[in-house]
Amino acid sequence: MSLASHYSYWVTIFLMIAGLFIVIARGNLVKKLVGLGIFQTSVYLLYIAPGKLIGGTAPIIASGFRAYSNPLPHVLILTAIVVGVATLALGLAIVVRIREAYGTIEEVEILEQDRREEA
Amino acid sequence: MSGLLDHLPALQVVLPLISAPLIVLVRRQRFAWLLTVAVSWISLAIAIALFVKVGQTGVISYAIGSWPPPWGIEYRVDALNAYVLVLVSLVAAVVAPYARISIAAELPREQEYLLFAMFCLCLTGLLGITITGDVFNVFVFLEISSLSTYVMIALGQRRKALVAAYQYLVMGTIGATFYVIGIGLLYLMTGTLNIADLAERLRDVKEIRPLLAAYAFITVGIGLKLALFPLHQWLPNAYTFAPSMVTAFLSATATKVSVYVLLRFYFTVFGASILFEGLPTADVLLALSVAGMVTASLVAVFQDDLKRMFAYSSVSQIAYITLGISLANEAGLTASIVHLLNHGITKGAIFLLIGGIALRCGVVSFDRLRGIGQRMPLTSFGLVISGLSLIGIPGTAGFVTKWYLVVAAIDRGYWWLVAVIVGSSLIAVAYVWRFVEVAYLSEPDERSVKRGEAPASMLGFAWVLVIGSLYFGFDTSFSVGGAREAAALLLGGAR
Amino acid sequence: MRRDIVLRVIAKILIPFMLLFALYVQFHGDFGPGGGFQAGVIIAASIVFYAIIFGLPATRQLVPEWIVESMVASGVLIYAGVGLVGILLGGNYLDYFVLDHDPVHGEHRGIFWVEVGVAVTVSGVMLKIFYMFAGRRRDEDNG
Repeated sequence: MSLASHYSYWVTIFLMIAGLFIVIARGNLVKKLVGLGIFQTSVYLLYIAPGKLIGGTAPIIASGFRAYSNPLPHVLILTAIVVGVATLALGLAIVVRIREAYGTIEEVEILEQDRREEA
Repeated sequence: MSGLLDHLPALQVVLPLISAPLIVLVRRQRFAWLLTVAVSWISLAIAIALFVKVGQTGVISYAIGSWPPPWGIEYRVDALNAYVLVLVSLVAAVVAPYARISIAAELPREQEYLLFAMFCLCLTGLLGITITGDVFNVFVFLEISSLSTYVMIALGQRRKALVAAYQYLVMGTIGATFYVIGIGLLYLMTGTLNIADLAERLRDVKEIRPLLAAYAFITVGIGLKLALFPLHQWLPNAYTFAPSMVTAFLSATATKVSVYVLLRFYFTVFGASILFEGLPTADVLLALSVAGMVTASLVAVFQDDLKRMFAYSSVSQIAYITLGISLANEAGLTASIVHLLNHGITKGAIFLLIGGIALRCGVVSFDRLRGIGQRMPLTSFGLVISGLSLIGIPGTAGFVTKWYLVVAAIDRGYWWLVAVIVGSSLIAVAYVWRFVEVAYLSEPDERSVKRGEAPASMLGFAWVLVIGSLYFGFDTSFSVGGAREAAALLLGGAR
Repeated sequence: MRRDIVLRVIAKILIPFMLLFALYVQFHGDFGPGGGFQAGVIIAASIVFYAIIFGLPATRQLVPEWIVESMVASGVLIYAGVGLVGILLGGNYLDYFVLDHDPVHGEHRGIFWVEVGVAVTVSGVMLKIFYMFAGRRRDEDNG
């Protein structure tokens, strides 16, 4: 249980935090979506990496193979990837509409316009 | 026919699912509306049938694709989720027929059928989350309902709806991703995704730290979705700027279904004994709930927009539900579960009535609503009655919840909590009074002089829920009876 | 770019092969890596390729918007329909085993149709996304 033997977790955690940081710290709506994408990608790695068996092959029963990788995480993550694509597409579509309605995709400027409208 | 009855759990989810693409395929506004109404009524019938059947025969398990659980996905209906299924489909069955005139007034004609398709998808997602017995399946349905919700919010009339939808999309996706991280950790520790199997295998897990991480991730993720107090930032904007029927549907169902997921994880999967005795969960949840009840109610008092005011009131009402969970005794859980129904119906009624006002007056800010009590007497009266139910006046559904909450607090010996519950109800009096003052005690606004009552179909279906919020104040055999059974089930699973 | 003869000729030669490859990926999904998802994306990619070379108006004529929207819907219906057929034939929802005289054939048949549904919907969704984003920029340029 050394630190190096679990390097996939380190990568996962790095991506997780980096993605979340971008979502919080960036004011640009598209950059926020990029951060969200990175954040979701970290989860794909979290699932996929433990599913792989070193020396294991694709889970199709054939003579000569005895060790198989676990296919279930792959299937789950395929679903999660589709969800991620849909979220990204919808997010970008909303950003395009925001750009048309406000003329900007900077969060600060949008909030400023809203404030002026209220006043 | 008896063969088809065995497939009710699958049909509950599949019928709304297939009606969404049918609506897109046909592309007729009228067909879209009729199909949505038909499907939501059939869903209600199925949900009631399932509820009755669970009462008679106990847990119903349905193996999708005939793959036996825990290998395949299992749909599992028990006393708790049969109750939530009835709530979700009941609200859908009232909102769908209401929607036609409201949507026609608020949306461009060529977008109407898309909104109905999204509504069907959202219904699919919410019913799916509730009925499935597989934690990853919960995530998939959560995203189906969330994505369609983002679209429906973005269809709101004002451009702020877009920003609200974007904010909700970002926060909702973070919440859902936290949830997947949590169940990923659980899967790594146990190798299963089936809820019943997970509960079984978690008992043998020796390494507790990954479980704690999973528990934290799931709590925060679902907390975002159900607008737990400090994580509620997306809710007021989303509710304020969404089309009226969407607000009514979401406020009555979406957060409630998330609460259901939280209950499921806390009590069925993790088991209350491990968590609530070894961790400060209950205290944290209690503190957040109390803070939410008081602050959100206070903020609600100072809003200028009727819809926004009741959106903040939703945050405080959700805090009542989480308060019941944090007390974690039978009365507390009964209060939580019964408040899912009571608040769902009451808030649904309020937002449906506000939809009628929005149709007649355009905006729903207080300065435009002066004297509305004379112009729209039935609408205003309905709002007042639902407001009383929010406060928890005896004779309304809200009172039943407050009663059980107080009983639960006394059970625990938290006398100060009783004071807080009463105090926050008094704040609710303040914001409901603001509406009464504007509607009945102010000079009519000239701009609203000639406008009459909302169309009968809208008013009628809104009043169905208003009467519901009165009915469940008198006859609690369904609401409290079902909730008590569900609470007993949850606490039994914890032992 | 629309005037460049090399691109136009190459595109016309390549696109049929791309579509053929998509069909290969679709039907080989039974035996190796592949399936409806990948095939759907390849089909959509070939049409996006066409749009890049020949322009959006020509593509809209070739694959009108209403066809794309129907594809999005009908793929889901095919998928859900397979599940309902399972119920009609006496199994549970999405039960493949009852679709043919023996479970192995039934499974093949079920997966075949499910993959068809996936391919139709995925290519429909990809094209719809492309049309919506590409169409919008063009409107802004013209207006």
